[in-house]
Amino acid sequence: MTTDLLDAYRLLAEYGLLADAGKYDEWLGLFDERCSYYVIPRENHELGLPAALIFCDTRAMLEDRIQALRVASKYNIHTDRHIIGMPRVATTGCDSLTVEAPFSVFQTEQEGDTRLFATGLYRDRIERRKGTLKITEKMVLLDTFAVPSLLATPL
Amino acid sequence: MDQMTELDPTPAANREAYAGGAAAKIGRWQVAEATAPVTQDIWPVLDYSRVPYRLYHDRTVYELEQKRVFGGPTWSMIGLAAEVPKIGDFRASYIGETPIVFNRDTDGSIKSFVNRCAHRGAKVRRELSGNANSHICIYHQWCFGPDGRLTGVPFRRGVEGQGGYNKDFNLADHGLQKVRIASIYGVLFGSLSDDAEPFEIYLGEELVGFLKRIFERPIRILGYHRQRVRGNWKEYAVNPRDNYHASLLHAFFSTFGLERASQVGGVTMDMRHRHCVTWGRTEDEAAQERAREAYARVSDHGLTLAEPSLVAFHPDSFDDLSVAIVSIFPNCIFQQIGNSVATRQIRPRGPDEFEIFQTVLGYADDSAEMTRHRLRQTNLIGPAGLVSMEDGEAVELAHRASKSTQQAAEVVELGGGGPISDRDYRVNDVSVRGFWSYYAEMLGIEPAGAVR
Repeated sequence: MTTDLLDAYRLLAEYGLLADAGKYDEWLGLFDERCSYYVIPRENHELGLPAALIFCDTRAMLEDRIQALRVASKYNIHTDRHIIGMPRVATTGCDSLTVEAPFSVFQTEQEGDTRLFATGLYRDRIERRKGTLKITEKMVLLDTFAVPSLLATPL
Repeated sequence: MDQMTELDPTPAANREAYAGGAAAKIGRWQVAEATAPVTQDIWPVLDYSRVPYRLYHDRTVYELEQKRVFGGPTWSMIGLAAEVPKIGDFRASYIGETPIVFNRDTDGSIKSFVNRCAHRGAKVRRELSGNANSHICIYHQWCFGPDGRLTGVPFRRGVEGQGGYNKDFNLADHGLQKVRIASIYGVLFGSLSDDAEPFEIYLGEELVGFLKRIFERPIRILGYHRQRVRGNWKEYAVNPRDNYHASLLHAFFSTFGLERASQVGGVTMDMRHRHCVTWGRTEDEAAQERAREAYARVSDHGLTLAEPSLVAFHPDSFDDLSVAIVSIFPNCIFQQIGNSVATRQIRPRGPDEFEIFQTVLGYADDSAEMTRHRLRQTNLIGPAGLVSMEDGEAVELAHRASKSTQQAAEVVELGGGGPISDRDYRVNDVSVRGFWSYYAEMLGIEPAGAVR
């Protein structure tokens, strides 16, 4: 149990640091070969409505997102800083975990002004593959659903 | 240019510069001081091909807009009948900055009122949506019916004969301000003014046709997107009217062949040129090849999608339009991009901020597979949209940099200046001038002799 908690926390730490560093290939490497990634406004979640801000129900779609971010998308020039809180971990099978962790992302723009960009809750499904934890499903439940400016870089 | 020189530019100081002729010179024209009253003299030319930046920044202008545009004889989209299917269902919305509520009354009709207590001006209905047969202000528990009528106040006769309201205090005098409602194919519009034209006349035949195209089939609400942009609401209102930027700013479009300025398409407006539809058709292979050549110099990434279904298009309608963006003055947009269908309300929040409130739609008879396809295509739209996120950045860039030059004017003349008219090609921004023409009329600053 303690190992699961520590491993999950390590995975989340990697997740945030890689995203903030813009190391998106390594960031994608934290996901399983079969995975999904959703950013869901809390407003929709509470109304039972399915629309997401980002809806990647296959790994291919998540890879396309990252490719578009690199090649096509134009967005505010900034750096991100993920602050990820202590996760609550439940063991759901011999190699399966469900993880909930509060997060916030601060954005700093070019002239050094920082603003709270997003806060919310991660709800992740994680599998242990050959001793390494991989994300099979990540749901970003977004409290800050009035998105400031735009959402380009991954939460 | 010949056509333009026949116009009588205003103010007089500009006439001389105008006679000089060069377009570049026009671009440097200085309009009235930012502290001067807002009058028709603010316009450097009469075809709205120059728009003073001051209109995007000035608080006086903003306050006039709240009164004369949003509070004036216009219709603003407030929501959808499908959001209040049952008696008592209510939903909060806005007309400009004015908070309103619409709800379904006991007779099944939809009523709307300004969400501001007639007593102390507090917001009566605090929740964004729900079901209730009355609306009670928490401050002093004044109670209002679904039609906004005041139905009761506590301690009206006082306590043990003391206090309370006078005998001549009439509940009928203290109802919530009513909002006129018009519904077309279940899309709800509201007006704060008794002088607004009948709604179908306001829209015009062409636009009614485009709404029918999207809304005749019963819809299903899939969810909401909200985006807060540090810009002026008009910078975003003209954005979908501006075909120029679509394939240039939103590189995803051109890279993946979903939409290009060379695509068969155009712009259709109402008679008054205040509303518009920008549209594009699906292309055959030969047309796509020509477009690839035309775009080779602009963008040549040769990008391929690992999941091509993201841009797959299964026509929902009897026609083959793959893109149709309907803009209705002042602040409403209906969009179909492939199979993503949505409404957008621009909600002003002062001169320097607005919210884009987007309602994501499907159809009631969609299969589970089609719903999944639409949810996937939602990736294209909204604050994180692959063909829309850039608008937030472009508007913020424009708003930030133009603040310090409010006496100068922006350039709007793609497709030429002069008369405002429909076009059957994509490379134009003529309906932006249509927006400004009607805006000037509503604000009471339409110069004599201006194009309409």
